[in-house]
Amino acid sequence: MTIVPILVLALGTFAFRFGGTLLRDRFTLPDRVRELLSTGAIVLLVALIATSTLAKGHAFAGWALPAGVAVGGLLAWRKAPFVVVVLAAAATTALLRLAGVA
Amino acid sequence: MRSIWRTLDSGLWRGVLAIAAAAAVNGASFGAIAVAAGNPLWVPVAMSVLVFAGGSQYLAVGVVASGGSPIAAVVGGLVLNARHLPFGLAVGDVVGKSWPARVLGSHLLIDESVAFAMAQKDPVRARAAYWACGASLFVAWNVGVLGGALAGSLVSDPNALGLDAVFPAVMLALVLPALKEAGKLRPALLGAAIALATTPFLPPGVPVLLALLGLVAVPRRTESAEVKGATA
Repeated sequence: MTIVPILVLALGTFAFRFGGTLLRDRFTLPDRVRELLSTGAIVLLVALIATSTLAKGHAFAGWALPAGVAVGGLLAWRKAPFVVVVLAAAATTALLRLAGVA
Repeated sequence: MRSIWRTLDSGLWRGVLAIAAAAAVNGASFGAIAVAAGNPLWVPVAMSVLVFAGGSQYLAVGVVASGGSPIAAVVGGLVLNARHLPFGLAVGDVVGKSWPARVLGSHLLIDESVAFAMAQKDPVRARAAYWACGASLFVAWNVGVLGGALAGSLVSDPNALGLDAVFPAVMLALVLPALKEAGKLRPALLGAAIALATTPFLPPGVPVLLALLGLVAVPRRTESAEVKGATA
């Protein structure tokens, strides 16, 4: 890989980030639109969670990963501290893989 | 900066630092993989500082390593990062008003900083959480990448440590409270279903963007707006 593709990827990515924040500032948005934007962000985040939990590339991720995420999610729902969520999720997935569960 | 320290409680800081630690290990893995694929040291380092979007970095290095063209690598990475535009629209007012703040703050826009900001109740805490998370992860990710690139295959497989479960679990913890708000759960579930159903067929990044179609499930008007409309 050379410097040119890295710079193009960097500039393009920055343009997405900067463009979004700039557009947000240029217009005073009605409440309805603001609400829709924040719902849109939540929709994107949940879709990211779903795909990064259940898929690796185009295929099913195996059971160890969703099991770890489920344990973390359950602890978060029971208002466990963040650190506990992180450690429990990683430990569950790691131990299941150690035990041979994909 | 000092106000960010004071605004955030220690629980939130511990959360940020736990994710940063996971990001450092993940970064070390990226650095090691990039160097193992035949890239000089500066490639993963420059990429991580300038692009600062882990998924697209893995994708770009992977495409080139498997014989793909740099153009395909860049296009794939950009498609994957296109979600940052709607994210910027959603958290634009959290980033800051001045030009330096907006330029730097935009660069720190990642899934985690957006999720941390959106999980806060008031704008002051949202801004503090955004910057604390973005800056911590920037430092952790880049230190990790440099370390991994130098050390080679020190952490060749972070998945054996279950670190791939950290990102979705953390995001889930951050998003859960928002899902209880009126009109959020149904579009989110519909969007996730669309993303999952299309993942086997579409290039990475596209299914997540398609999830925005889930917004059709947003109720036409919130109930409070209807009440206001009725009394007006």
